[in-house]
Amino acid sequence: MKRLPQIALLPDGKRLHLQDGPIDLIVEARGGYEEVRAAYEVAARRFTGLLDELCEELAELRQAADPKHSALKGIVARRMHAAVAPLAADCFITPMAAVAGSVAEEILGAMLGAVALDRAYVNNGGDIALHLANGEHFTVGLIDRPDSQGLMRTMIINADDPVRGIATSGRHGRSFSLGIADAVTTLARTASQADAAATIIANAVDLPGHPAVVRTPANQLQPDSDLGARLVTREVGALSESEIEQGLEAGADCARRLLAAGLIEGAALRLKGETLLVGTRSSRAVRRHDDLIQA
Amino acid sequence: MSTEASVAAIGDKIRCDACPVMCYIKPGAAGACDRYANHDGKLVRVDPHIVLERTVEHGGRLVPFQAGGDWDGKIVQQPDIFVTAIGAGTTYPDYKPAPFIVSSEIDGVDMVTVVTEGIFSYCGVKVKIDTDRYLGPESATVRAQGEAVGHVTTGEYGSQMLSLGGVHHLTGGSKKEGRVTCDTLMDLSNCKAVELTIDGGATVIVQAGKPPVVNGVGEERMRVGCGSATIGMFAKQWHGKVDEVVVVDDHITGVLSEHQAGKLLDIADTGIKMKGRRSTPGRYFQVAEPGTGWGGTNISDPLSILGPFDIKEARPGLTMLMVSTTGEHASYYVLDEALRPVEKEMPAALKFSVERIQENCEPALCTVLFMGGAGGSLRAGVTDNPVRLTRSVKDALTRVTSGGAPVYVWPGGGITFMVDVTQMPAGAFGYVPTPAIVAPIEFTMRLADYAALGGHMDYVQPLSSLRDSAELRSMPFIPGRRV
Repeated sequence: MKRLPQIALLPDGKRLHLQDGPIDLIVEARGGYEEVRAAYEVAARRFTGLLDELCEELAELRQAADPKHSALKGIVARRMHAAVAPLAADCFITPMAAVAGSVAEEILGAMLGAVALDRAYVNNGGDIALHLANGEHFTVGLIDRPDSQGLMRTMIINADDPVRGIATSGRHGRSFSLGIADAVTTLARTASQADAAATIIANAVDLPGHPAVVRTPANQLQPDSDLGARLVTREVGALSESEIEQGLEAGADCARRLLAAGLIEGAALRLKGETLLVGTRSSRAVRRHDDLIQA
Repeated sequence: MSTEASVAAIGDKIRCDACPVMCYIKPGAAGACDRYANHDGKLVRVDPHIVLERTVEHGGRLVPFQAGGDWDGKIVQQPDIFVTAIGAGTTYPDYKPAPFIVSSEIDGVDMVTVVTEGIFSYCGVKVKIDTDRYLGPESATVRAQGEAVGHVTTGEYGSQMLSLGGVHHLTGGSKKEGRVTCDTLMDLSNCKAVELTIDGGATVIVQAGKPPVVNGVGEERMRVGCGSATIGMFAKQWHGKVDEVVVVDDHITGVLSEHQAGKLLDIADTGIKMKGRRSTPGRYFQVAEPGTGWGGTNISDPLSILGPFDIKEARPGLTMLMVSTTGEHASYYVLDEALRPVEKEMPAALKFSVERIQENCEPALCTVLFMGGAGGSLRAGVTDNPVRLTRSVKDALTRVTSGGAPVYVWPGGGITFMVDVTQMPAGAFGYVPTPAIVAPIEFTMRLADYAALGGHMDYVQPLSSLRDSAELRSMPFIPGRRV
């Protein structure tokens, strides 16, 4: 075989790094020493060849999803479709919108199928699948700047919470966004659902026709993008306070609909330094400024 | 490298076969993985860490990574291979906004100890603009997109200095001011062009390593010297070819017949009367207001800085050259019967001297020095005992670089450094929305010294492990950038 994934423990000796093509996973499992080792072996084995599986159906995965039918065969491909199908009736979405979360879920599922773990996560570039045994919890930090002082908000996810997936989407990420959000983070029952919902909500954070927003057809940037000639956001210039609010509210409308439909458990929407929360621990949307973050 | 990608070209696109996704990649773009990109039709790797291969002899060319033996832990004085902080990121896999970190261990969040890409809220740029044109009064506010981002500071020899950024503009003003300041600093540091307007002064386009554009006019040359210096440099060449020379300069205007250099050549008095304040013989301050005309003054007619010629000394037919400090402006005059200067075509010998002035001017450039202070949290990422890092830098046990470029570390407290942004690899700077600038900073020291100052020894990786993980990217060669 010409190409093998990169499989290595990170320097801390605790986390596993798996990389193949565009897939970058950080995996951490906690439990007995033997269990963790076995889990990592299973993860690495399942990961090997997974990208090839996906690419066999890549053309189909890049087509707009049909809300009712799918001819996809691969288990990950079918999970991708299942995650986007409930959203496909109302808007354009391809199964690719859930690829990262679906892969994370697959690797986590493989590990849990082999051994019992106290807790584990598979982080696929910000789209994360979680496992929590009874009594365990994760502290999840949403960060504004990548050091501990910049922690904007933390939340505890307990074993008895329904949340097992977290995803982030926005115009700065690796994939393109139709909206202007800097980042939309969603909590959902599965990573694939969180991934699809984050994409849709980030697309909905928008100010259609605003002159400060520069958009380019996706296929001019990436010729084989699943978004085709749809306009993706390249630059967002200066926006007034009320425009930022308007853009966030458009996204929050979408988030509230998904929350009501049980497709997400919560979302944090971020645009130009403003954050708007939907769902999570309180049903109120809370706006806050950055002033709490100190250098 | 563990994978060898090859390419097929389709029009200007290339098709990468590093993995089964088989991306079509346009020039200047990266594939879905962000690991491979199309750089001028060639497939190149663009992985997190940037490794510069230094060629020992010339230090001039960047070549792709090659294995060169393991690092033996000795101090890296002139390393063949230098791992820069660019793309080291402060989270894994990189520093895109709002990543998630999952843990419940330290401070609620798993920390990644690679701190060599620092976040600087306390930072700015010092800009040197080679021009005699008047950019604005000292201490005037400098604006970008209408927001105050800094101020005009001192005028230096042929250059105007601006001080931009700093904690006051980044965090002390409105949100928009902070954002615009951050954007301005980042663009200037990444060698992009930025338009700045100065209250009560000019609009200037500044780009590191490029000539400034003042009020829409590109500056070409930096003054050969002040007006007085120009007289001194060229007096001999003018001797016998013209009776009087005035070098117009907003700072120090020089007059040949009165200047010491003219006296030494026995050049006769001409009866010229200068406006302005005489400093020493042949040297005048404040002959006009500052501006964007002749020699950094506001004048377009150089005769306006002259009073009437003294009838006791002057004579009809007396010849006079007036020239600016860059040779950009020059006129030739002959006194008429009424002792009034009348412009005439310049003789070839004088034209030659004007060209010689131009030839001796260096190209006008904007230079940008990034200045930042490495603060508590950044230092803490390097060692458990942050002040020891500062001390080891002061004691020269630790060498500080930024993106592999040499820095000047200020004496005194803290680690405040300056670096010429044109010496750094492209795209070295980023930002976080705080707002603050993300800049690479590397601390290089002996392993033993690192241990002694409380370094995070558990996280030390040998250079060879980076090589094996293939997280390397060779920098494209950028002409004019030192390696």
